Amino acid sequence: MSEILVNIENLHVRFRTYAGEVHAVNGVNLDIRRGEIFGLVGETGCGKTVTGLSLLRLIPHPGEIVAGRITFKGQDILSLSEQEMQDIRGAQIAMIFQNPAASLNPVFSVGEQIEMVIRQHQKVNRSVARQRALEMLETVGLPDPPQIIKTYPHELSGGMQQRVMVALALASNASLLIADEPTTALDVTIQAQILTLLTQLKESRGLSILLITHNMGVVAETCDRVAVLYAGHVVEKGRTRDIFKEMKHPYTQGLLEAIPRLGSHGKRLRAIIGSVPSGLVVLPGCPFEPRCSCAMDVCRQTSPPLVSVGGEHYVACHRFTDDAAE
Amino acid sequence: MNRQDANNSLLEVRDLAKYFAQGKGFFGLRTRPVQAVDGVSLSVKRQESLGLVGESGCGKTTLGRCILRLIEPTSGQVLFEGVNILTLGPTEMRRLWRNMQMIFQNPFSSLNPRLNVLKLVSEPLRTHTDLRGDALSSRVVELLGRVGLSREHLSRYPHEFSGGQLQRIAVARALALNPKLLILDEPTSALDVSVQAQILNLLQELQREFNLTYLFISHNLSVVQHVSDRIAVMYLGKVVELSTSETIFGGALHPYTEALLSSTPIPDPDVKKKRIVLEGGVPSSINPPPGCRFHPRCPKVMPLCSQVEPELIDVGNGHLVACHIYARPT
Repeated sequence: MSEILVNIENLHVRFRTYAGEVHAVNGVNLDIRRGEIFGLVGETGCGKTVTGLSLLRLIPHPGEIVAGRITFKGQDILSLSEQEMQDIRGAQIAMIFQNPAASLNPVFSVGEQIEMVIRQHQKVNRSVARQRALEMLETVGLPDPPQIIKTYPHELSGGMQQRVMVALALASNASLLIADEPTTALDVTIQAQILTLLTQLKESRGLSILLITHNMGVVAETCDRVAVLYAGHVVEKGRTRDIFKEMKHPYTQGLLEAIPRLGSHGKRLRAIIGSVPSGLVVLPGCPFEPRCSCAMDVCRQTSPPLVSVGGEHYVACHRFTDDAAE
Repeated sequence: MNRQDANNSLLEVRDLAKYFAQGKGFFGLRTRPVQAVDGVSLSVKRQESLGLVGESGCGKTTLGRCILRLIEPTSGQVLFEGVNILTLGPTEMRRLWRNMQMIFQNPFSSLNPRLNVLKLVSEPLRTHTDLRGDALSSRVVELLGRVGLSREHLSRYPHEFSGGQLQRIAVARALALNPKLLILDEPTSALDVSVQAQILNLLQELQREFNLTYLFISHNLSVVQHVSDRIAVMYLGKVVELSTSETIFGGALHPYTEALLSSTPIPDPDVKKKRIVLEGGVPSSINPPPGCRFHPRCPKVMPLCSQVEPELIDVGNGHLVACHIYARPT
């Protein structure tokens, strides 16, 4: 088992809104290792983006981390000063987002933006920075880097912009890349290019990637391990193969059965009744209980803890709480 | 086409083209137009679901809007029950729209935020029928019930609903006048997976119950093949392949369809498919590549491909492909 890069323990994040307190993240536990792609999967409002932002302490107001511990390379992230966080953001932990056009500054050329990032974190002169920028553009597979260096973001397609984002993220040798729905806004053939790129970077540079997505297909094809989130809780986590082949949690099962597959023509999809909770009301029991087809009495009373069902496979479901290996 | 085919086709599109002029200046004179749809022909049989799939810029949304005449095509014909709707005047078109309706991708922008559910769903009934008062409300409640909503939703406004519920309202509105054809433009792309499943199941039930014909537009091949009997694959303004769902999934011929299939992520880690990764991005529709439009990215390109544009031909059993690999020898 390779070294643990990030450890998230019992993370709780709340948002104080006019409608009340929204419990976005409720006791999330997970770790990310060196050189792996870890998938964080769930639907809208499950807390996956907020979890990713917590790693960089970039949760927007009125949200705040109210409990928990996050360590990165053994260092306690939550106790660092803002200045110390600045040294980590963009340099050791980088992030790319769903809409690359919104993350790139429209008035600076691609080259200028990459050079800015390099010079922010490393004491190098302009020509060294330019050289590194060219190398980064080539690493991410952009054709004709000397030309791309001079272009402005709006002159590039969505897929190329996302490659520039990855180049920016790599520019300072980050060891962890948080990718928040990086391909959701892209065409499927371009998505394939970006996912192939991320996998290559993992293999060639030992880059760890936290891949946040709602697409189970992307998870199956790209991620080594995965955590399934529901209403801010981790309901199942483990190696990708174990999760897909021997899924235990009713929500994970429901999610998979709801997806139309190539070859499912004409068949009725198994849709989960009801909808995702808003986070304003915290039930004492299991958050999925109202929509679960195999709920028991205990499910309404207490929230199930995350327990091991063999090896690295964990589930938070009362059906496994009693006979689970401690 | 024999008489039986003619009776079976609800909709027929012949050589449809839509060019958008860029900026100022006369169309075609100053600037080159965007050739969004460039000569598309297809037909939709009664009560079938035809899927239209393709990526950004392929022209599928523009084609959908042209068929409904929401935008005016540049050339070609759209035959609905044998009549070319492009020759009809405004009054006749208004009457025709009772038979053809559309569901859009973003329910937050396709429903008027200032109208409550009663007003939204009754609007087509007010425009085209004499129903008023209690009779009108009853009809609306009946429609809402059919899509899984109820009387209590009548007085609410769009912002009070989730995306899935809004799409249900959009469907109720579209069904108000008992249309024959429903064009669905990415109806579930903005929805979560579990909500999408609910809406897709609903659409399937409604099709059977009301004998509807669907034209289902999407970039998501998994969703399209689930819903459609036949699928047309579009690339840069043209149809490159058209066949049954099973054939497209199991025996696609066009290299672009193959790439599309292999790029679609499958939620099964054991499926080890060789991912065909295409080089580069989709070219601009203002300056499409010469010959076959796909040739610059095609893994099976031949010298002929950059010179001559392949025709869409039938390679057997109604399976149409536009690719020189399958062209009959002359």
